Amino acid sequence: MSHLVVNSTVNGEPAEFLCEPHETLLHALRDTLLLTGTKEGCSNGNCGACNVLMDGVLVNSCLVLAAEAEGRQVTTIEGLTPREGLHPLQQQFLENAALQCGICTPGFIVASKSLLDRNPHPTEAEVRHFLAGNLCRCTGYDKIVRAVLATAAAA
Amino acid sequence: MQTFNFLSVSTVEEAVVALSKGASRPLSGGTDLIPMLREGRRTADAVVDIKRIPELMALAIGAQNDLTIGASVSCQSIARDPEIARRWPGLIDGVSLIGGTQIQGRASLGGNLCTASPAGDAVPALIVHGATLVIAGPGGRREMAAADFLLGPGRNALAPGELLVSIRVPAPVPGFCAAYLRFIPRNEMDIAVASAGISLRLDESGRIADLRLVLGAVGPTPIVVADAASIAAGQVPSADLAERLGAAAEAAARPIDDVRGTAVQRRRLVNVLTRRAFDKAIKRLA
Repeated sequence: MSHLVVNSTVNGEPAEFLCEPHETLLHALRDTLLLTGTKEGCSNGNCGACNVLMDGVLVNSCLVLAAEAEGRQVTTIEGLTPREGLHPLQQQFLENAALQCGICTPGFIVASKSLLDRNPHPTEAEVRHFLAGNLCRCTGYDKIVRAVLATAAAA
Repeated sequence: MQTFNFLSVSTVEEAVVALSKGASRPLSGGTDLIPMLREGRRTADAVVDIKRIPELMALAIGAQNDLTIGASVSCQSIARDPEIARRWPGLIDGVSLIGGTQIQGRASLGGNLCTASPAGDAVPALIVHGATLVIAGPGGRREMAAADFLLGPGRNALAPGELLVSIRVPAPVPGFCAAYLRFIPRNEMDIAVASAGISLRLDESGRIADLRLVLGAVGPTPIVVADAASIAAGQVPSADLAERLGAAAEAAARPIDDVRGTAVQRRRLVNVLTRRAFDKAIKRLA
């Protein structure tokens, strides 16, 4: 199979890259663009570890073909992180010890940003509902939910 | 992942040409197709991205107050539309249950139909709303009732080269109400063990006309409970009527035992879900 040329915007910068037709956006981000903050968990859309924003919509990048990113805006965990210091969600995840192994963390933070952009002051139930597609197998959910609520409270 | 070609098309006509060649598959949200291709449950020579076809991404309330949903519109775009939620809450009941947030943003209503899972959450809701489907193919366009589209698990009524273009939902007439409920053992992110969708119209005297009851995940395709309409016709809503509809649902179900539930449990569930969906629909009229 011949490679495809994809022109997209990744974390606010123009990104031109080559991909195979059957390659996922997750693999293009990690292996081609070397944005390894996005993690591969289940690779079937259940765990949310690979969450990115595509044109502002929260998606599992394992369920997006890289070629679909043509002309789209992609935001990864790297794009959320300021040049200096941490994003408020990252800071609250740290302060609330909302991570153990860390594999699920980038996905949770990207998903939480998507929630807070839309609903700046969610209830605990709304946080849990919104993050139902993000799995943490160290079972740190309670601290994750607290970190998101603390971010909202501080905003 | 198996290898395949990738094509992006911008018109329905281009899509039909592309889908008529070899083993080509249309791609909307990919939330079913991509895992199926990865796991080898489906094969494809080419994947045809149909999301750049404006008609497939359009969401419009027409002059007759009917709703047209492009087949590739995401469930999230439908569920977050305040006007659709206000006029067709029974449809949103089904659409908003498909996957978590990340799936909602990609999964399409057309995909939920075309995947043809017996447990597809949007399908019973579409059938009770009397939805029709617009299909394009090499021979032109045709329409079909949503109720006739599913033929069996994973099988739909599309012929080779055909593409589901849009879903049309009639305007809600005065006195119309609908609801859809499912049972899952978790709170979110699961596949229905059993489900029930219901719609009805109350006439000016408060009596039921045109009741439709459709069950999900208790047969190879959604089951239309044929005698529900005659049981309810001319009746005033009551707990007794809800009981009789629940019993009719239980009798009509043809469930199997599988990893998600037993046949015995599913029969009982459709009875309870029918009664609750009936109550939920009626409350929407208040």
